[in-house]
Amino acid sequence: MRRGDARVWLPLAFLFLATALLTGVLVGPVHLGAVNVVRATFAHVFGLHSPLTGADDAILWELRLPRVILAALVGGTLAAAGASYQGVFRNPLADPYLLGAAAGAGLGATIVVAYAPGSRLNGDLLPIAAFVGAALAVVLAYALGRSAGSVAGPAALVLAGVTIASFLTALQTFVQQEHVDTVQEVYSWLLGRLATTGWREVAIVVPYAVVAWTIILMHRRLLDVLAVGDEEAASLGVNVARVRLLVVIAATIATAAAVAVAGLIAFVGIIVPHTIRLLAGGSYRLLLPLSVIVGAGFLVYADVIARTVLSPQELPIGVVTAFFGAPFFAVVLLRTTRRAA
Amino acid sequence: MTALALDGVSVSLGGARVLDGLTYAVEPGEWVALIGPNGAGKTTALRAVAGLIPYDGRLRVFDRDAGVTARRELARQVALVPQVPLIPGDITVREYVLLGRTPHLGYFGSEGRADHRAADAALEQLDLVPFARRRLDTLSGGERQRATLARALAQDAPLLLLDEPTAALDMGRQQQVLEIVDRLRMNHGLTVVSTMHDLTLAGQYADRLLLLDGGRLVASGSADEVLTRALITEHYGAEVEVVDAPGSGFVVVPVRRPQ
Repeated sequence: MRRGDARVWLPLAFLFLATALLTGVLVGPVHLGAVNVVRATFAHVFGLHSPLTGADDAILWELRLPRVILAALVGGTLAAAGASYQGVFRNPLADPYLLGAAAGAGLGATIVVAYAPGSRLNGDLLPIAAFVGAALAVVLAYALGRSAGSVAGPAALVLAGVTIASFLTALQTFVQQEHVDTVQEVYSWLLGRLATTGWREVAIVVPYAVVAWTIILMHRRLLDVLAVGDEEAASLGVNVARVRLLVVIAATIATAAAVAVAGLIAFVGIIVPHTIRLLAGGSYRLLLPLSVIVGAGFLVYADVIARTVLSPQELPIGVVTAFFGAPFFAVVLLRTTRRAA
Repeated sequence: MTALALDGVSVSLGGARVLDGLTYAVEPGEWVALIGPNGAGKTTALRAVAGLIPYDGRLRVFDRDAGVTARRELARQVALVPQVPLIPGDITVREYVLLGRTPHLGYFGSEGRADHRAADAALEQLDLVPFARRRLDTLSGGERQRATLARALAQDAPLLLLDEPTAALDMGRQQQVLEIVDRLRMNHGLTVVSTMHDLTLAGQYADRLLLLDGGRLVASGSADEVLTRALITEHYGAEVEVVDAPGSGFVVVPVRRPQ
C-alpha cells in the first residue's frame, strides 16, 4: 500500500469506522441482531417503523447508539485535536491536553463535585465547569506564552502550558484535599467515562465537534507548510501566528467539549495520529481526515472492551485506551522502523 | 527597474545594531554575493529582504515598497532558501516541493493543475523525478539541498535568496549546486542574492560581490576589486594570498601564520 495515497487509506479508514460502529451497537447483554440494528437505526433516522420490539428498540436507541456515537465523536475529536497540536507545535509528543486543558477541566470538575455534591445540579454543572476550565486554562497559557515573546515561538507556548497546568493541578489537589470525601468521584471522572443519558451528551458535543473538525480540516495544507518552520512558512507568505491561533482555538474548543462529557481519556490524541503517520505518511492533508475517522473507530472499540471485560462492571475507558493502545503503538513502531532500516 | 534596492536599511536585534544603513541595488538577472566574516549581517540582510524581521530604512523589490507589500504578495516575488532548512522528515519530496506553491493559493485553497505542473517542472529541473515519492529524511545532504531549491523554484518568484547554499556540501556537490543555480538563473531569468563563505566560489559565480563587516557595506564590485589581500586581511582577520588563476578567477588561499 502506497503511503500518502488517499484513495487507499480513506476507504480503509471508513471501513474500520463502520465495523467499529456496528460492533459497538451489537455487543451487549441483550442480543439484537445486525440486520435489525441497521434497519431500526434507519427507521429512527427517517421516522419509519422500527422492526425491533419496544424494549429492544429502547436498548438500541436510548442506550447503545447514543453511547457509540458519543465514543465516535469524542475519539475523532481527541485524535484530530492531538494531530493539530502536534502540527502547530511541531512536537510529536503534543497531545490535546498540552496547553493545560486537562488540568483546567479537572479543576472545574473538582470544584463542582466538591461544592455542589451529588445534587441534580452536579450533573448539569459538571460538563459546563469542565468545559470552562479547559478553555480558560488554554486562554491563560496562550496569553502567557504570547507575552513571553513571539521570538521563542511554539516553545514558549508549550512552556506556558506546562506552567498553567502545574498551577491548576495544584489548585485542584488543594480543593480535593479539603473535600476528601469527593476523591472517588473526581478520580472516576479523571480516568474518563462514557456514561450517557440518552442523547444529551451527544447533543452537547456535536456542535463543537463539527465546527472544530471543519476548521481543522480546512487548515490541513497550512499545517504541512508549518512543518517547515515558522520562518520558512512566513517566507512562503503564511501568517504563522494566525494559523496557529485558529487551529489551537478549534482544537481546544473541541477538546474541552469532549472532556466535558467524557472526562480525561488519555492517549487517543497521541496513539491515533502517530499510527497513521507510520502507516500512511505524515502529510496533514491525509493525516487529519484519517485521524478523525480512525480516532472515532478506535474509541468505539475501546468502549466495547471497557464495558465487556469486567461485565457487568465497567472499566474506565482511559485505562483501556492506554492499556491496549500503548502496546499496539509499540508493535506498529517496531514493524515500520524495521522495514525502513 | 531594479530587482532589489536597499536604502539605508538597518536592523537591530536584541539591542545590537546588526545591520547599519545598508544601501545597494541589484539589477534584474544579476547574481550578487554577500560576503563577510561571521556576524557581518549577511543572513540578517537576506531575512530583512524576505520580510522576516522588522527593519528601518527603505527596501524595494521590483520597484515596489516591500514594507507595505502583503506577506503573500512578497512571497510571490521573493523566495528564500535558508542555510539549514527545517526538513519535515515524514513527507515526500513531491509534497515538500508542492509547498512552494503556497503564496499562489488562497488561505483555504488547494493546488490546481497549474500548481502540480509547476512542482513537476521544478522536480525535473533539479533531477529529482526519481526521488519524488521518497521521504525527505531518506535523502542525502546534497539531495535535500536540491529539494529545497526545487521548492523555491516552484514558488516561481523572480528574486531568489540563498543563505550559504553550499554549506555542509562536499566540493563536488558545492560546484553542482552553484551550477544549478546559475542555470536556473539563465533559464528562468532569476535574480540571485546569496551569502557565501567560500570566497573563491563567490568570485567564480557571482557577478558582483558585496563585502559586509559589522553590519556595514565596506566594499563592493567585481571579484578583482573585492577579493584583494588587503580587504580580506582587514575584515576577516585572515592571512591570505590571492592568486589570479587564468580560467578560474581569483583563488583565495589561506596562508599559515608562522608560530
